[in-house]
Amino acid sequence: MFSLENITDSSQKWLYATFNSTIALVLQCVIVMLLVISLFAVLGLVLVLMERKVAARMQIRLGPNRVGPKGMLQTAADTLKLMMKEGLTPDGADKFLFNLAPFVVMIAGMLIMAPIAFAKGFQIWDINIGVLYVSAVSSVSVIGILMAGWASNNKYSLLGAMRSGAQIVSYELSAGFSIVSIVVLAGSLQMSDIIASQQTGWWLFRGHIPAIIAFVIFIIAVTAETNRAPFDLAEAESELTAGFHTEYSGMKFALFFLAEYINIFIVCAIGATLFLGGWMPLHVGHWKGFNHVMDYIPSSLWFLGKTFFLIFLIMWFRWTFPRLRVDQLLSLEWKYLLPISMFNLLLITLIAIMGWHF
Amino acid sequence: MYRETKILNVDSKVSPIGGDLEGAVGADEGELVINVGPQHPATHGVLHLVITLQGETIQKVEPHLGYIHRSIEKMCESLSYRQFIYVTSRMDYLSAHINNHGCALCVEKGLQLEIPPRAQVIRVLMDELTRIASHELWWGAMAMDLGAFTPFFYAFRERETINDIMEETCGARLTMNYMVPGGVMYDIHPNFQKRVKDFIQLFNNKIDEYDDLVTNNIIFQNRTKGVGILSAADAISYGCTGPVARGSGVTCDIRKLYPYEVYDKVAFDEIIETAGDSYARYLVRIKELRQSVRIIEQLIDNIPDGDFQAKTKAVLKLPRGEFYSRIETARGEFGVYIVSEGGTTPYRIKFRSPGFSNLSALDHMSRGSKIGDLMAIMGTLDLVIPDIDR
Repeated sequence: MFSLENITDSSQKWLYATFNSTIALVLQCVIVMLLVISLFAVLGLVLVLMERKVAARMQIRLGPNRVGPKGMLQTAADTLKLMMKEGLTPDGADKFLFNLAPFVVMIAGMLIMAPIAFAKGFQIWDINIGVLYVSAVSSVSVIGILMAGWASNNKYSLLGAMRSGAQIVSYELSAGFSIVSIVVLAGSLQMSDIIASQQTGWWLFRGHIPAIIAFVIFIIAVTAETNRAPFDLAEAESELTAGFHTEYSGMKFALFFLAEYINIFIVCAIGATLFLGGWMPLHVGHWKGFNHVMDYIPSSLWFLGKTFFLIFLIMWFRWTFPRLRVDQLLSLEWKYLLPISMFNLLLITLIAIMGWHF
Repeated sequence: MYRETKILNVDSKVSPIGGDLEGAVGADEGELVINVGPQHPATHGVLHLVITLQGETIQKVEPHLGYIHRSIEKMCESLSYRQFIYVTSRMDYLSAHINNHGCALCVEKGLQLEIPPRAQVIRVLMDELTRIASHELWWGAMAMDLGAFTPFFYAFRERETINDIMEETCGARLTMNYMVPGGVMYDIHPNFQKRVKDFIQLFNNKIDEYDDLVTNNIIFQNRTKGVGILSAADAISYGCTGPVARGSGVTCDIRKLYPYEVYDKVAFDEIIETAGDSYARYLVRIKELRQSVRIIEQLIDNIPDGDFQAKTKAVLKLPRGEFYSRIETARGEFGVYIVSEGGTTPYRIKFRSPGFSNLSALDHMSRGSKIGDLMAIMGTLDLVIPDIDR
């Protein structure tokens, strides 16, 4: 059966057979870099269009429908426009930090791409501490946001950045606990192991109610971590105009914008990997025929389907809920989500030790 | 640190309209003075608020007015009694009908005109449709201030129907200029009754939909309950009227207290909430939507036959004296005060706009709350800036 694994394996073999190992490694890095960058561009275009279409559907309107067939090229046109715009640096801004910040946010997003398995055998770096790496690197983006807010020399930006800092640091904890509970069940930090452990069923279904609680908390926490509504306090249009990126224009703004969507994709990909079995097809117990049919759907489609389902959920939140207030945001985390997720982790550990999961 | 001095220096110490801002000069260590507006997504117009912050907590809110001042009151002095009514559509443009109505009432009071019953009913119907349209827009904008974008589109869907009805009868969608001294300008369109009935039928379910989407949302309730509390005594002393005062438990509905036209003949309730917070003000408006529907339901099939306009002279002259009339707009009490010297134009006109008094309570209500609360409070004040500045 066709699999991306064949392509990656054979291309690697060909590289190492043709060149000596150093050049092969360098070439591999270049190919991966090009792939990641093009993936970024494509994801940005697709997700922005998707958001606009989803929003339009929910708001009884059509959304972009003029540029290209069914408005498909709208985001491409918008990107062109942003590229041609002047990238202003405000007077009195810290120029170095101001210009560095969008790249920090972008690079943080790029780095997290490494351990994500897009399909069977299609993974950049199957590091043995994959999940830990993801949690660690995802925190880097907050530095970029703080940098942007601080360097802009704008009070709205400063407030937005401070809010964002408090928010991301707090919600990292809950997200971490939810991730750890799957690590406990799977018994490994490595992405490929976690996916392999879900061959007989996804952890969302196998881990009883605690796994579902962990999943719900994970979704809430990552929505907050990506600064999405109802937790978009860092941008809070009606309060802080545009929050930390008020002063950014042109491509620098586009980078923040892109990073937001890439971050959504990444957290949803991780959620899909941990709770919904990554590229693993849906298997139900002993239904041999059903399982066999499911196996015929390519693994990349499984992965993308699950990820985009979660992305849709997060977009749905955004267009439904009002925004929380800053103190409510923090009390939700520290008074409710954190104690629940700690207790939940204990339950999951108990389930894992006693082997009660399916 | 170079940042600290810079942050306080950027744009706050000098007001854009000249002179030092009191708050900025006396700013303590760690206080942040921010200009919200005149261009800001949540001020819905050119309102300029200078807020003093301690972290996220509001110390002081100072509204600066005048960005859209057109001296409407002065303009009215050179316009005839028929003409000056049209200028008032540009004040509270969301209650344009009701503003026109208030002015027409005052002129009629001076002329001691008897209004035909048909015109009275049409006026009340138009007023209530306007009230629904205005509350619709407020509901959408309020939800948007709190970060929910979708309600705005739902609100506009229904508001659009009202605008279509208005357009058919009055020929305009926003500034209708339909009320004239002595009645209304034209008779209603033949489709009017049917379309209003269709709308009412559709709209009753929509209010439940609004409740599902926003009113019963836990985040929305947390954002508004206990926020921006205004006691009944404060509401009276700040001169608040309309839903703002009624949310604090003050009885102030002009339609009940000083009934005009046919309001004393229709059954409807004055909505009073006693909590005095943003949620109470929100509930007052949502419940008022149902009451407006109730009034329209009673009147739409009972429009009496007859003239739509009383016979008036071509040139109106008010007798020498002072005349005052009051009317309940979607935002509160709108007063018209005319001083006449007996000529064809008013000697002096003063409008008492509800928005101005309601805005004055903003500082009192928002001290000690967070920035996010300021938006929730401003949302429930339902400010229309041209109404404040005139």
